[in-house]
Amino acid sequence: MNIKHKTLLLAVSSAIFVGMGSQSCSVASKSTINYVAKRDTTRSIAPYFTPATIQKKTPDSKGFIQRWLLLEPINKPNRGNTVFTDSYLKTAFASEYFPNQFTILPKDGEKVKAGTQELTWHALESTNYNVKLFRFAYETRKQYYGVIFWAVTVVNCPEEMKNVRMAVGSNSASMWWLNGKEAVLLSGDRRMVVDDCVSPRLTLNKGKNIVRGVVINGPGMSDFCLRFLDEKGEPIKNLTISYE
Amino acid sequence: MKKNKIVGAAALLSVLLTGSAIAQIGKPFIHDPSTIVECEGKYYTFGTGGGGLISEDGWTWNSGAVRPGGGAAPDAIKIGDRYLVVYGSTGGGLGGGHDGKLNTMWTKTLDPKSPDFKFSESNVVASSENMEDCDAIDPGLLLDPTDGRLWMSYGTYFGFIRLVELDPKTGKRMAGNIAINVGIDCEASDLMYRNGWYYLLGTHGTCCDGANSTYNIVVGRSRKVTGPYLDNMGRSMLEGGGKMVLAAGGRVTGPGHFGRFIVGDGVEKMSCHFEADLDLSGRSVLGIRPLLWKNDWPVGGENFKEGTYEIESERRGYALELIVDFTRMAGGMRGFNRNNDEPIKPVAAQELADVIKTWPTGNTGVRIGDYMFRPHQKWTITAVPEAGGYIGGSYYKIVIAGTDRALAATSAAEVITVPTFTGAPEQLWRIDQLTDGTYRIMPKVVPNSNEKLALVSSGDSTPTLAPFDMNSDNSKWSFKAH
Repeated sequence: MNIKHKTLLLAVSSAIFVGMGSQSCSVASKSTINYVAKRDTTRSIAPYFTPATIQKKTPDSKGFIQRWLLLEPINKPNRGNTVFTDSYLKTAFASEYFPNQFTILPKDGEKVKAGTQELTWHALESTNYNVKLFRFAYETRKQYYGVIFWAVTVVNCPEEMKNVRMAVGSNSASMWWLNGKEAVLLSGDRRMVVDDCVSPRLTLNKGKNIVRGVVINGPGMSDFCLRFLDEKGEPIKNLTISYE
Repeated sequence: MKKNKIVGAAALLSVLLTGSAIAQIGKPFIHDPSTIVECEGKYYTFGTGGGGLISEDGWTWNSGAVRPGGGAAPDAIKIGDRYLVVYGSTGGGLGGGHDGKLNTMWTKTLDPKSPDFKFSESNVVASSENMEDCDAIDPGLLLDPTDGRLWMSYGTYFGFIRLVELDPKTGKRMAGNIAINVGIDCEASDLMYRNGWYYLLGTHGTCCDGANSTYNIVVGRSRKVTGPYLDNMGRSMLEGGGKMVLAAGGRVTGPGHFGRFIVGDGVEKMSCHFEADLDLSGRSVLGIRPLLWKNDWPVGGENFKEGTYEIESERRGYALELIVDFTRMAGGMRGFNRNNDEPIKPVAAQELADVIKTWPTGNTGVRIGDYMFRPHQKWTITAVPEAGGYIGGSYYKIVIAGTDRALAATSAAEVITVPTFTGAPEQLWRIDQLTDGTYRIMPKVVPNSNEKLALVSSGDSTPTLAPFDMNSDNSKWSFKAH
């Protein structure tokens, strides 16, 4: 049972935010010998992300793309995630939050204005197959519930690839575009599941392809995972990922 | 009066066409139930908030179970001659935070009226704090039948589902044990072992939203208790994987908090809550369903539905029938070299009224024969609520469709029909879906006997009552609605 995910007011969540620490994500917990969790006082995205480099990077062994430009979260208060119907999302994702949001290929550190918020793009590499947006926000002391995250990456393809599919899982809802065209929508109160929603057949152009996504969440841990699948449903790994 | 008859006929028709599955009776209102545990002939399950439900027979449930500590989402298990109960205090968003502790405690009995009813001081066996990637809430216990080790999974959507080892003698955390991450994106996890596989159950979807809760129970399996737990697509539960065990259906939504209860050889049940039972004001209720196994995957079965069926023996595929003369019907062989352009006309099926006058009126035997959808082969099965029940089911009467002629056990451990159903216990039948999807049919009592016998095929054409044998198709039946 996790009542918080569904019902808690963001105001309460904000109260929790104050003075909280975190523990790192590892294979094993960091429980002490008496099995009472240790309270951490520092925050760092280090266990979850490293700064992106210009070195060649391919998808991971299962084809997941780990190098992304992530925009700091845009405030979008929602008490729960059950509001994320298809209609709600199409409206919410069609709204303009910042200039050129559907075309921009931002630079690392570039700032944009979203309403009253000044937000920064960060070029990062996830240390996991999934991109833990909650940790991106929480560890950098940004708002982490009731938010919208934008993500962009560049997929470099050695040759044209037809009949590929973009496979996405996200928590909570999200929408994704390939080269400016909508590829897949994940609606509803969703958890991140590998290959949860898959696009219709697409073509990856030879050279640069821009993948853009937007993830929305009320309370709960936001994250996503994305990879491309070939005609046989196998992950495509002979790609390189950049952010420029 | 006429109006009532119409309504009654419509209701009967509805039953005949669709049947209905009956849920637990009494006041089975609970959220986050623990695995059902039997103690001194009664059944217990605990829920969030401190209390729980008790049942004398596994069918009628009412509040009355007592558990100290309050908190949320307990689990319970019998180890030796004691009961270990674990529950979460805070955490999981309760009270607005993720600080949580899981506490274990022992008692000799679960019966609050017993002089032995006393819980030990609780031990903290796992905890979570701040915004770490886990909520210490929603525990599930497994006593590994292969080596006697005790394991506990726990967690919510907030981070990982974790696995820790407890000491089955003390209920405390094993010294030096380090938690292992075994899943994500689920909560209300539980563990079980069967046939060389360990199973991690999780609850996916939206909790706590009544009729709109999309909670559903999923599973992954592993050859090791420590994982990795993979679903049927080979997807790890650390990747959000999970194969469906039970989802919403009928008039209930949001199954969650799986628990396994082994009744006996070939008969298993799963417990859960349904977030909303639309027939019970949309309240959260205890659910008990048959637990089936297909290719070593658990599948939540359906409660038996009332209706009119062929009762087919798994032995040869013949059908249980009244011993009466076979009455020929229209539609004999047409003959060869006839004009195929003659008009096509349906042939009326044989009806009860066509044959019942030829049937004996007293006690009449039954046999098993090739099914011809004749009136003496159609059985109407209806719950008898006042007769009580057993875990997961009500007792039923089984009568020839359109009559009150009822199937009954005899003191000679044979099976007959009596002209009129009286409610006598030998006319009441327990119907359990078996783990392979077929059914066991047992009389509530065999007159002048304490033996628990089942309806079996002693020959292709001959039924009798005998001990149930899961390894024999003689003991298994199917209900077919044609």
